[in-house]
Amino acid sequence: MRGVKILERLLYTIPIMFGVAVLVFLFMRMTPGDPVDIMMGEAGTVAPGEMEQLRKEFHLDEPLHVQLYLFLADAVRGDLGYSYAYKKPVTELIAEQLPATIELALGALLFGLIVAVPIGIWSAVKQYSVVDRLSMAGAFLGVSMPAFWLGILLILIFSVKLRWLPVTGRIDYTAGLQVVTGFYVLDSILTGNTTALVSSLKHLVLPSVALGAGTAAMVARVLRSSMVESLRQDYVILARAKGVRETWVVLKHALRNALIPTVTVVGIQVGVLLGGNMIVEQVFSWPGLGRLAVRAIFSRDFPLVQGVVMVYALTFVLANLLVDILYTYINPKITL
Amino acid sequence: MQTTQTTVPWWYPLALRLRIWATNAAGFLRDLAGHPIALTGGLVVLLYVAMAIFAPQIAPHDPTKGELLRRLEPPVWAGGSMDYWLGTDAQGRDLWSRIVFGSRISLWVGFVSVAISAIVGVLLGCLAGYFRGALDEVLSRFSDLLLAFPYLIFAIAVMAFMGPGMTNLLLALTFKGWVEFYRLARGEMLSEKTKEYVAAATAVGMGHLRIIVSEVLPNIFHSVLVLATLRLGVMIVTEASLSFLGLGIQPPTPAWGSMVSEGRDYLTTSWWVSTLPGLAILILVLAINVFGEGLRDILDPRLKIE
Repeated sequence: MRGVKILERLLYTIPIMFGVAVLVFLFMRMTPGDPVDIMMGEAGTVAPGEMEQLRKEFHLDEPLHVQLYLFLADAVRGDLGYSYAYKKPVTELIAEQLPATIELALGALLFGLIVAVPIGIWSAVKQYSVVDRLSMAGAFLGVSMPAFWLGILLILIFSVKLRWLPVTGRIDYTAGLQVVTGFYVLDSILTGNTTALVSSLKHLVLPSVALGAGTAAMVARVLRSSMVESLRQDYVILARAKGVRETWVVLKHALRNALIPTVTVVGIQVGVLLGGNMIVEQVFSWPGLGRLAVRAIFSRDFPLVQGVVMVYALTFVLANLLVDILYTYINPKITL
Repeated sequence: MQTTQTTVPWWYPLALRLRIWATNAAGFLRDLAGHPIALTGGLVVLLYVAMAIFAPQIAPHDPTKGELLRRLEPPVWAGGSMDYWLGTDAQGRDLWSRIVFGSRISLWVGFVSVAISAIVGVLLGCLAGYFRGALDEVLSRFSDLLLAFPYLIFAIAVMAFMGPGMTNLLLALTFKGWVEFYRLARGEMLSEKTKEYVAAATAVGMGHLRIIVSEVLPNIFHSVLVLATLRLGVMIVTEASLSFLGLGIQPPTPAWGSMVSEGRDYLTTSWWVSTLPGLAILILVLAINVFGEGLRDILDPRLKIE
C-alpha cells in the first residue's frame, strides 16, 4: 500500500516539473532582446553566419509553441542544451558540479542537526532556564543572520585571524585525491587517503557552518516548541507514572512525536539550503552548482542558467517527496 | 403632515469605525508596552525608517563620492578619525554615510515587495477561498508550482533573465512572494466562510464583494499583518543576498549587500568595510523578527511558538 502511495506522489512530481520547465522556458523567452545577440555580444566578434546557425540550433527561427515543444522534448531526454561559456553540454557541467553542492548541503544539514537536536531537547526539558533562554536568543540571531555575512565573519575569525581553516575551495591539490564519486570526503575514505580526508573535512567546516546556522536555528526553535507540547501529553505522564526512566521518557516517548513538525521544517530547510548554497558557494569559492549558476548568469549563458534552475527545482521537489515518505515511517497514522 | 424620522447622519458609521480602530490601536499599544522585547524591536525598526527618510540630513558625506587619499581608513575606535567614524571603503567613501543611504534601498524594497505580495496574495486568496471552483483550482496549482522553486533561486533566476534594476528587483521578489499570503488568505477564507456572520450577511442581501471586503477581511487582517512583518525580514535578506551577488541595485547606489561584497577583497587588511554593512542588516532583520514575533503573540496567539 505504501509503495503505491509513494509511486503516486512520485508521479505527481511529473506535472510539477513540467510546469517548472514551461515557466523557465517562458522566462528565458521573456528576456528583452535576442538571446543569441546578447550571448554573442558578450563573447565578442562573431560572424553573422555563425549567429544564424546558433539561432537555428536554439530553434529561435521556429514559432514559440514549436520552440517550447522542442525544448521540452529535449529536456525529457535529459538534454538541457549546450553551454556557450564552457563549450560543453549543460548536463555534463551539472553532473560535474552537483556532488560538490550536495556535499556542502549535507555538511550544512549535519551541522544544523548536530547543533539543533540537543539544544532543542535540552531547552524543552529545562524550559525557561538560563540555557534555554540563551539558546533561544542564539536561535533568533541565527534565523536573522544573512548567510553571506556569517560566512565572511567566519573567514575573518577562523581563516584570517586564527589561521585554523582554509578560506576557499574544497581540497588542497597537494593531497593528491583520486576522484571516484566527486564527493571528496567519501572519495578520500574510499581510496584510504588520510591527508585528503583531513583536507577535505577542513575545507568543508566553514561553508557548512555558514550555510547550516540558519537551519540549526529554525530546527532548534521548532523542536523545542513541539517537545514542550509533547512533554505535556498524557502518555508522557503515564510513562513517568509507570516508572520509566526520565531519559527514556524524553528520548523515546516525547521526542518521537515531537519529530513530526521537526521533519516538516527540515524539509523546508532543504530548499533554504539549496538557495543559500548559491550564496555560500560564492563566499567560499566552493566549486558547486551555485557558483556555476552565478557565473552563468554573468556570462549570460542562458542554457546553463535554465538547466541549473531546473535541477534545483527537481532536487527541491524530490527532497519534499522524501520528507513526505519519511513522515509515514515516523507516524504510521499519516498517509501520503 | 410631515413624518418625523430620525436619520443617522452620513458620517456616523465612519466615526463609529474610527472609534473602534482607535480603541483597538490603544489596546494594541498597551499590549505592546507589556512586551518589552517586541517594543524594543519596533523602536529599532522605527529608527531605521527615520534614518532612511532623513538620510541626506544624517549622512555627513556624499555616499557615492570618495576621497582617494583617505581610502580604507579604520573606524574611530580602531585608530581612525571622527571625520569618518565608521571608516572608509576602498574608494575612500564614508562607510557611515553609505550605510545610512543603504537603508533606503533595503527598507523600500522590503516594504514595497511585502505590500504588493500581501495585496495580490490576500486578494486572490480571498477570491479563491470564497468562490472556489476553477479559479481556486488554477491559482492553487500555480502556487504549488511556484513553491517548487526555492525562494532565493527563483529570485536569482528572475533577475538573471530580466536584468538588474528596481522594477525587476520588485518583480523578482513579488512574483513568488504572494504565494504565502495567498495560502493564508485562502485557508482563513475557507474557515471564515462557514461561520454564522457570513451566513447572516448573505441573508440580509449583501453582495459577495462587500462580504469579502467589509465582513471577512477585517477578521483575517491580524494574521495577514503578522505574516507581513515576518516576511519583511525575509525580503530584506533576499534583497541583500541578491545585491551581494551583484544582481540587485547597481553601484554606485549604496546597498548593504553589495557593500559587504565589495569589502571581501580587503578582508585581510580592512575588516570593517565588509562587516559593518552586514551588521546593519543583522540588526534590522533581528529587530523586525523580534517585533513580528511579539506582534504574533499579541494579535494572533493561536500561532504562538512556545
